[in-house]
Amino acid sequence: MKFDPFIIPFNIGLYFILIYVVTRSVIWFRDLSKPDKLRLQRGFFGIAFGLSLKEIFMESLIHRKILKTNFRLGYMHMSLAFGWFLLILFGTIEADIFSAKHLNAPYKAIFFRFFNPNHGRTSFESAYGFLMDLILAFILSGLFLAVAKRIYSKIVGMKKTTRLKIIDKIALTSLWLIFPSRLLAESFTCGAYGTGSFLTGSLGAWLATFLPAQQMAYPFWWLYSISLGTFFILLPITRYMHIPTELFLIFMRNSGIKTGDQAGTYSEVQTYSCSSCGICLDSCQLNFSAGITNIQSAYLMKAIRNNNDVSEIAHNCLMCGRCDQKCPVGIELSQIRMIQRRGDETENDFRNIYKGYFRSRQTNISEKTNGSSNYNFLQETDHGKADILYFAGCMSHLTPAIKNSMIKILDASEVKYNFIDEQGGVCCGRPLMLAGQDKEARELINFNSQMIWKSGAHTLVTSCPICYKVFKESYYLDVEVLHHTQFIKRLIDDGSVKMNFLHKKVVYHSPCDLGRGSGVYDEPKEVLGYVSRLERSNFEDGNSLCCGGSLANMKISSTDKKKIALDAANELTKNNPDILATACPLCKKTFSSVTATRVADISEIVAEALVGKSIKINNGSHINSIKALANI
Amino acid sequence: MDKFGYTISKERQIDYDSNNRGVASYIFEKEPSFRLCIECGGCSATCTTASFTDFSLRELNILIKRGENDQVRQNLKKCMLCGKCTLVCPRGVNTRNIVVLAIKAFQKSDNYEI
Amino acid sequence: MSKHVVVIGGGVAGLEVAGQLSRAGIEVSLIEKESKTGGHLNNWHRLFPDRRNSIEVKEYLDGMTHNQRIILLTNTTIERFNRNKGHFSITTNEGRELTADAVIVATGFDLFKSARKEEYGYGIYDNVITSADLEEMFRTGKITLANGSVPDTIGIVHCVGSRDEKVGNFYCSKLCCVTAVKQAVELREYLPESKVFCFYMDMRMGGAFYEELYREAQEKWGVSFIRGKVSEASETIENKLLIKVEDTLAGRPLKMKLDMLVLMAGMEMSEGGEKIAGLGGLNTGENRFFAAADNHFGSNKSNIEGVFFAGTCTAPMNITETISHARAAVVEVIDYLKDGK
Repeated sequence: MKFDPFIIPFNIGLYFILIYVVTRSVIWFRDLSKPDKLRLQRGFFGIAFGLSLKEIFMESLIHRKILKTNFRLGYMHMSLAFGWFLLILFGTIEADIFSAKHLNAPYKAIFFRFFNPNHGRTSFESAYGFLMDLILAFILSGLFLAVAKRIYSKIVGMKKTTRLKIIDKIALTSLWLIFPSRLLAESFTCGAYGTGSFLTGSLGAWLATFLPAQQMAYPFWWLYSISLGTFFILLPITRYMHIPTELFLIFMRNSGIKTGDQAGTYSEVQTYSCSSCGICLDSCQLNFSAGITNIQSAYLMKAIRNNNDVSEIAHNCLMCGRCDQKCPVGIELSQIRMIQRRGDETENDFRNIYKGYFRSRQTNISEKTNGSSNYNFLQETDHGKADILYFAGCMSHLTPAIKNSMIKILDASEVKYNFIDEQGGVCCGRPLMLAGQDKEARELINFNSQMIWKSGAHTLVTSCPICYKVFKESYYLDVEVLHHTQFIKRLIDDGSVKMNFLHKKVVYHSPCDLGRGSGVYDEPKEVLGYVSRLERSNFEDGNSLCCGGSLANMKISSTDKKKIALDAANELTKNNPDILATACPLCKKTFSSVTATRVADISEIVAEALVGKSIKINNGSHINSIKALANI
Repeated sequence: MDKFGYTISKERQIDYDSNNRGVASYIFEKEPSFRLCIECGGCSATCTTASFTDFSLRELNILIKRGENDQVRQNLKKCMLCGKCTLVCPRGVNTRNIVVLAIKAFQKSDNYEI
Repeated sequence: MSKHVVVIGGGVAGLEVAGQLSRAGIEVSLIEKESKTGGHLNNWHRLFPDRRNSIEVKEYLDGMTHNQRIILLTNTTIERFNRNKGHFSITTNEGRELTADAVIVATGFDLFKSARKEEYGYGIYDNVITSADLEEMFRTGKITLANGSVPDTIGIVHCVGSRDEKVGNFYCSKLCCVTAVKQAVELREYLPESKVFCFYMDMRMGGAFYEELYREAQEKWGVSFIRGKVSEASETIENKLLIKVEDTLAGRPLKMKLDMLVLMAGMEMSEGGEKIAGLGGLNTGENRFFAAADNHFGSNKSNIEGVFFAGTCTAPMNITETISHARAAVVEVIDYLKDGK
């Protein structure tokens, strides 16, 4: 037998998806910037290609990262992806070895048993049949978990499972039908011919005892083909597009392409690479503390793919970065969210089927202002020259204990410094950036940059992680930017300040913008360990919680903020520490309103521990050093 | 015929009936905490921008609610969104979102969308 | 057989309740966590609105309880609180077992811990004090700054820890406004050269003769009232306090240098009260004070039969209201015991 009409749906689907993927790749490549095209070309002939193959095997097929986070969920993904891959691979080899001629059309391998019903009688053939049955059984076990996950998500150890739209449901049904229909089609065929291995053979023989196997097989071969065809045709407009897209993502990433701050090929490839696995849902505090369940990264990715208006979703996020840490595909979720914040509301045109397959990318960042400056009222100020600048930050003015402690520490270290925003300064610009208003932020950045540059300082110390991150990343300054914890660490290291050991039990809360946002994890803990009994919490470093007070979320209500703060504070104070230490005025303020435990910034604890010259806080002694500087 | 009696100067009066409060309705809908303001002025006191200009979030709040939109517009974009006001507000008003929504609402009202 | 009632808390409400019950022939045990009775009354100098000496009220309360058969347990806290078959068994920190037919909770209030409003700098800046600290100064007759000099300009901040979502207290403590006015008047009286400014969100002068005191403060003592919430205080080089506030009636931000800042700390559910609520399963409201069974006609009744409330453990009250509320509790208890339960 050479041909049967039932293979038509499969063939249509297969060639459609192949053509689609090629077209899409061409469009993606075309939209890349010149340097990125070069990177990709270099990557193709360089080490990136090999690395990518390895990563594709480990992540796209084996799903190593998901396995590590959640074994059952990982197994489910692995059995479907890796199992299907093996089935295609060994199916093709089977068709190649056992058919009359080599290099068969793909359908010959997929529907091998239909065209070779008598296959499996010799010992080698039956051994190979055993292998094929084993792979099918492997896939079916994963499928069983997937069905169970839909019905009851706790089975695979997930608290939440992602919600689906209708097209996704049809695609999901066709995906679920593929393997059971193959099992039944093969079993009936085997039953009719008395062939098949432990799975198809036994099931077929049993079914044949009470059913007309020969007649039953044919409709299931049709069902198998239709499921495959439907799945392939719907693939580009469903989350299953992540299967082919993730390969591109891995290769692009290994070639050194970065997300950038505007929508482009790479951000789009990342958006399509999201498999909606739902791991980000479980890591999100808006979900598990505040019960806000529709804004998580998986939903954002889906909304972008569907051309929905995402502005509400995009802005309702603490930008704590916990999901970035957990995403098994390595999508830069926060950066993609920032791109959406920078854009305007998009028209909701998901009903347009063509747009579903070739979505219009949000390209413009519309002019939000008419070109005139919003902040031309800012007056240049002259603070005089200094080696070290101290910038407390807006928030620190509402936590005077932090700035006073810093003055005490700076005075004790006898460095020559200038407290530039003592009388209140100009915002660092990050809050505007987080709101997607880069152009406005740039004005403030330029203003502050000038002031810093004029001072001739070599070091800028800030108490606020929000300021720290923007100073480091978005200011083009020829000064070293330090968070005060890093600065204090240095003072300790070079012996500039002496401290007593405080016999106090301290737990450290790592602020989002300092830890995950800027990678400063160690210095704060080293300083705390130096002056106190630092204890570990269950939420250290990359896994640390957000206090809930984040400026990044413009939409959240104060009640929901409090819920997040309360949950986080309760987790951190489980072992009854004397002090809940943090390194951010905003975290401090947020936590102090919800816990009875003393909340203190690291600078306060250090100031308490200072030895010697008991410089009284706030007697204006720092002015002496400023005056001394003026005399230089 | 000469008019007798007094007339109140149009410019002084808040013409509540003819003022367009679409901007306020838009903000009320998107940010219900806008209703909670008691005009204590904590936001304006702490405001970074207010130390340089006549921008006052408290004033902006009340004027939008009264539909006195023209007075408010030009000052809105001076806000730096630094968030001190949100931290000070005794009523838990989501002040930053109000500024962002007000800017958006004025754009929409220019396009006759609200 | 004589009935036995345990009164928890020996402040104004507890003393009044204990005295009245004892006079009615009921055996009373009064539990007080401090070494002496009187509660917050011991810390006040003169009382609003008529500025009578607080000692006079203390004397009245002592007279109420004097010569009565009241078992007074000071330095005592409650560790266990159980109800079985209409009786209550209470275990104290010293292991003493008390059996009662009824219990009156009169645990009062705690003053809001002003250091929680860090932006005002209490505990950070020397010359930021609370209303309670100022009362202490009045009692000693020495109103000075940390360096011993006499303050010239003094600011009073209303609503510290009251009407503030940021500290979780939505409610109005009701008495801070009149306390502020009273203290402003006293400051002017003690320091005739001084200038006193009250920073308020709303003036809530709802009690008898409060408004008159407000008027007197303006007319006779020249106290200035500025409508605006102080957002923050900082210290200047010359050791003055720089406050930021919007003069909302003028519509302009206002900066002012002060020698001294007085924070009108609000009233909160007492820690002791919270402990009793937990031990006894007593309902508390959103404001964390004890929740009365009915706000209109059962403000002394709790959710547990035989347990009654008296005074500020249910809501902020002034002394007049506290004493009335305590007497009402006595009526409820006698009524309850009469039914022979």
